[in-house]
Amino acid sequence: MSDRELLIRRGKPIQGVIRELWEFRELFLLLAWRDVLVRYKQTILGISWSVLRPVLTMAIFVVIFGKIAKLPDGGVPYPILVFAAMLPWQFFSNTVSESSNALISNAAMVSKIYFPRIILPTTSMVVSLVDFLIAFVLLLMLMAWYGFYPTWKFALLPLLLILAAVTSMGIGFLISALNVKYRDFRHIVPFIVQLGLYVSPVGFSSAVIPDQWRLLYSINPMVGVIDGFRWAILGGDTTIYWPGFALSIGLGLALFLIGVRYFINTERSFADVI
Amino acid sequence: MNSAIQIEGLGKKYLISHQQQDRYLSLRDEIMRGLHRAVDKLVHRKEEQLPSSGIEEFWALKDIDLAIEPGERIGIIGRNGAGKSTLLKVLSRITEPTEGQVRIRGRVASLLEVGTGFHPELTGRENIFLNGAILGMKREEIRRRFDEIVELAEIEKFLDTPVKRFSSGMYVRLAFAIAANLDSDILILDEVLAVGDQQFQSKCQGKMDEVGKQGRTIIFVSHNMGLIQKMTNRAILLVNGALAETGNTTDVVAAYFSDRKLSSQSTDLKTRSDRLFLNNITFCHEKLAAGFNRPLHFSLGISCNTVVDQVTFVLGIWNTVGARLVTTRCTLTLPQGEANVLDIALKNHHLPPGNYSLSVDISIATETIFSNDHVLFFELSDLEVTERYLIPFLKNHRDKIGTFVPADFNISAAIR
Repeated sequence: MSDRELLIRRGKPIQGVIRELWEFRELFLLLAWRDVLVRYKQTILGISWSVLRPVLTMAIFVVIFGKIAKLPDGGVPYPILVFAAMLPWQFFSNTVSESSNALISNAAMVSKIYFPRIILPTTSMVVSLVDFLIAFVLLLMLMAWYGFYPTWKFALLPLLLILAAVTSMGIGFLISALNVKYRDFRHIVPFIVQLGLYVSPVGFSSAVIPDQWRLLYSINPMVGVIDGFRWAILGGDTTIYWPGFALSIGLGLALFLIGVRYFINTERSFADVI
Repeated sequence: MNSAIQIEGLGKKYLISHQQQDRYLSLRDEIMRGLHRAVDKLVHRKEEQLPSSGIEEFWALKDIDLAIEPGERIGIIGRNGAGKSTLLKVLSRITEPTEGQVRIRGRVASLLEVGTGFHPELTGRENIFLNGAILGMKREEIRRRFDEIVELAEIEKFLDTPVKRFSSGMYVRLAFAIAANLDSDILILDEVLAVGDQQFQSKCQGKMDEVGKQGRTIIFVSHNMGLIQKMTNRAILLVNGALAETGNTTDVVAAYFSDRKLSSQSTDLKTRSDRLFLNNITFCHEKLAAGFNRPLHFSLGISCNTVVDQVTFVLGIWNTVGARLVTTRCTLTLPQGEANVLDIALKNHHLPPGNYSLSVDISIATETIFSNDHVLFFELSDLEVTERYLIPFLKNHRDKIGTFVPADFNISAAIR
């Protein structure tokens, strides 16, 4: 018998959380693998959906914003301008919509098995990451097609991806925990995601926003992330609006901390409420 | 301080709401409805506050103190709603206690439901790894035990078939086989062995015996008293969330059956179909004569809106080790009326003294309208009057006799 002693009582010391996450890392990986595996089971097109969705969305945006509305492209091919923003946006929207349902759709596990519940919404992020990587390969192909060469800034993409992950996980944790108690969020999330697509600078460059409004516009944390992605991918003379970027990063981090905290504090009642 | 599990002053409180509802609900239903409503309220309309008058605290567990030593096999028994599952959930860390604490030494594996976390789209092989991880096994461990799991589950041919195409038997076998191969110091099981066919069940029990012999601690909930007696050496009886009895299994099971708090002479059934309403069932103790094999009298109160044909009653009598010893039935036409009483006299049952429970199944034509085990508990005693020479035998073979059967014993004396 191992000498490890476990104390069960009301309230859980927060410092145990990280150690426990490490202990359950295999479960985390297996759940992520499960979700990736079953994602496209029983679909005819299978994994091609991961390619089709961003490509079709991009095509629509190029036509609407580039060709019809004739928004400025800042000297880069409009498809690349849109695709550079599509990458973080789809990652964000997939993560948020999947993770917010992660607890509800695994209700049986939550009420019958013990494991750190934060694994479930985090798993959804991994699944979105797979889609992100597929879309990233598409971006490389698109850039090759247009003969568009990246600059050194391209190397900063991993950092920006982490920023996107932190921002979306914060919202994901918060909503998934709220969703256990108040199923309203199941209806709110698709709305947020849909609206966000138009409010965030996905189909257009945030340079079209008048200067006096840009800081306010950056209250949407995804504005910073998307601008960052464009800046890193497009390189050249693309500029970044630093005060707005800093504000977005700050808000993203704050959301993450709030999300994690709320999740851990309510986690213990999930099995009773779900 | 070296107990495997040390439970101190454990309590778990739920908030339930009582609201005006159908008058034909049992208290248990009412509690469940209350829970559901409370949950629904919170879930669907957060802005709507619960009427404070309707909220009541409900202690699913209260003041539980218990020490379980390493290697002990503990059975937890009690009626539905007594808190058995809640206790297991607290021990498994799924739900948090409201007060008190539990210290656990060693690795815990708990199986509260068979096949939780199986994904229907994944194959048998994939699910073995997934479910193993969910139950807390390391990948290396699963790989090592893989063949054993497959063999126990008898699914060699279907390893690469999605489990959604499995028969329910295969599904359950696979789930159990994974759990049975968990290496843990403490194993917590909730009524999970009551599945599968007879052959598989005995296989499970063999496996559990093996687990027990390895000196692992087992905590086991079941309504099957036979299984409890076979599998465990100590038992605890929960009544309304409190620890009513603890001790060796045979004594606690006997206490469960004879406890006056449980063995009401009359039970409210309060079951309603569109044409008839079952009021209650009573064991008529006053009609029981002293002695062996005296008729047992039960009376069942029934209200009928109209004349009801083809009502079939099946009564079963169970002993304390979970064996159904006697079954009887009749089919009747019931007259219309608010207060019909059906008197049932069960003769020639040949039951020895002891504690018994009654199960009742009622159907109209082919539709089952009531089916419940252990609706009523009763005791047969006072055998001395007619069979006093049997007393030593009965004492030695308590609970193992089943029924006596009449036979002719003829002796032929040989004449030389």
